Amino acid sequence: MRRIVRAVGGWFDSRLKVRESVMPMLEHPIPAGAAGPKGWWYVFGSASITLLLVQIATGIGLALVYVPSTDQAYASLEYLNYRQPLGWFLRSVHYWSGSGMVVMVAVHMTQVFLHGAYKYPRELTWLFGVFLLLLTLGMAFTGQVLRWDADAYWGVGVGAAMAGRVPVIGPAIVELLIGGQTIGAATLSRFFALHVFVLPGLLLALVGGHLWLVLSKGISEPPEPGQPVDPKTYDAKYHELLKTGKPFLGDAMSKDALFSSLVVIAVVVIAALAGPKGPHGLPDPVLTGANPRPDWPFLWLFGLLSLCPPGLETFVMLVFPGLLVVGLLLVPFISNHGERAPSRRPVAVMAVTVAATTLAVLSYAGATAPWSPVMEAWSKDPVPVEMVRRSGPLELQGAAVFQNKDCRNCHALDGVGGRRGPDLTDVGTRLTHNQLIDQVSNGTPGGGNMPAYGKKVNPAEMEALAAFLGSLRPPGQPPARVAAP
Amino acid sequence: MAESSPPEPQPGPARRSVLRWLAGGAGAAAAGAVGVPLAAYLGGAVGGHPVNWVPIGRVADLPVGETRLHVFTDPVREPWDGACAKAGAYVRYLGPGDDGQPRFWVFAMNCTHLGCPVSWFPQSGLFMCPCHGGVYYENGEHASGPPPRGLYHMPWRVVDGVLEVQAPHLPTLQDTLEKPSGLVQLGRSRIGRPTGA
Repeated sequence: MRRIVRAVGGWFDSRLKVRESVMPMLEHPIPAGAAGPKGWWYVFGSASITLLLVQIATGIGLALVYVPSTDQAYASLEYLNYRQPLGWFLRSVHYWSGSGMVVMVAVHMTQVFLHGAYKYPRELTWLFGVFLLLLTLGMAFTGQVLRWDADAYWGVGVGAAMAGRVPVIGPAIVELLIGGQTIGAATLSRFFALHVFVLPGLLLALVGGHLWLVLSKGISEPPEPGQPVDPKTYDAKYHELLKTGKPFLGDAMSKDALFSSLVVIAVVVIAALAGPKGPHGLPDPVLTGANPRPDWPFLWLFGLLSLCPPGLETFVMLVFPGLLVVGLLLVPFISNHGERAPSRRPVAVMAVTVAATTLAVLSYAGATAPWSPVMEAWSKDPVPVEMVRRSGPLELQGAAVFQNKDCRNCHALDGVGGRRGPDLTDVGTRLTHNQLIDQVSNGTPGGGNMPAYGKKVNPAEMEALAAFLGSLRPPGQPPARVAAP
Repeated sequence: MAESSPPEPQPGPARRSVLRWLAGGAGAAAAGAVGVPLAAYLGGAVGGHPVNWVPIGRVADLPVGETRLHVFTDPVREPWDGACAKAGAYVRYLGPGDDGQPRFWVFAMNCTHLGCPVSWFPQSGLFMCPCHGGVYYENGEHASGPPPRGLYHMPWRVVDGVLEVQAPHLPTLQDTLEKPSGLVQLGRSRIGRPTGA
């Protein structure tokens, strides 16, 4: 039996030449340090590729059922969720594995940055990596659009509104992006083609280039303090290092395989427990209840756009992302030599800390979105009973005005309600009766945070509202008064 | 190739360069023959804004001083558009003006900040956007939040006592409904888009 297998294998190999061409690649020597315990730092790239393979497999599966047309897409997603056997599971794995891919690519990039592995002679490998990050994010965005629900519909709208701000050619870009005058059938088809053909094609090509560079320039040795990279001597040193190197096909590959397998198992467990994402609200442009939110990889941008001053907005939308990308592309050219160990590169460590903290804070802000009015708070959230227990008729009427005029959508009482404006639980201690009337009537001067209600609240309602707001004080606290001049 | 082959008569340099030029030229022609139509195909989406009037309702039936969301089907649509073919307009009949002609406020649903759908709150007379908290007064003017301008006005007219609005394209800051982008309009004469269905 063994002889037959060997003979058949030999027949193929004499034609395919696998043993001559592929095996040396797998067995190429890597620095001994990278094959040792420090090799655990090197597992994130292969995990990213493994998740990409999971994405391809599950993506093909989903494409067998999903209908990329705006009248059927939502129904086909529901069919996948509820009717197609294991359809929910495939959708779930595709979503969580995609999320995992964004995480792995980011972790891989951070590791490469912290270990200075992008320095000479691996600058081009880093550049390929930056474009792989962009493509991964592009897949995340186009994938979110294929989940054709309200978030997807309005997500495209937000993208188009941003593109529409590009000077002069903005409107043409919008039409190119959405495939016509309005968001519709052509839009979804475009994003389908991008998500299924264009971006994966580019992704695979760049992964190929990235891996080829890893082979041709070799895996970097684990960084050691006091062993700076000098482009003049590095190649000879590395060549010397490989003489004691270990073949990749060995411990290193086992570590990669083990870690990738654990990642896949984790993704599958999360997918099984958490289930697929959406589809949420119907993709109907005239349903005003929509409350669109981007998927998590873009929450930081959502947060940033909400928090930046209006004057900077167009810059933050159009120029800032470009600057970030240029910054990443320039990394290996700003410092392609010198120390690689994080302990000798405080600026690099600080850059990662600052970037990670910023992303986390902005993402948290984006997830909680305190700037968004709570559209149904005026009718849904009752005035806390404690606040009106001892109120007279005027204050009670004021409380009704407060709810009816939608104040609650932006102002919380006792922590419940909108958070766009200040919580008004104690407002009676801060503003006098006249100040309250002035604030409500005129809003924030110059079109700030609060609209002017002067024309929408009649004098009797205003009087009642101010009485109610003035009564909002903790027990024993005196009302606000104007300080003596 | 490692194997040595018997020397063959080499073509002269002139013939070689002719061949090279020929290959380059044919390659460019072939690439153009596929690439130019493909680019035009993709660019065909930039096709200007055809003007289509959609009836909203009889003026006599519209209540004075009330803002309402009117839903209609965009005449420029594909059979497989589904709900996306729907469009909405916030319409408020202001009653007849001094000249006796009816006056209206007609706004698109898209927030001018980033295009999210605004909701109308009749109690407070405000439009509110769920995304970043843009707020507009009942006359469409910017009240608060990040929007850089008021709501987009939709062109309207009254024909035989019926209010009609212009079916909207996706309005953006440089390509509003009142004043469409000149650049996009350029494409209009070039490609006739089907407007039926």
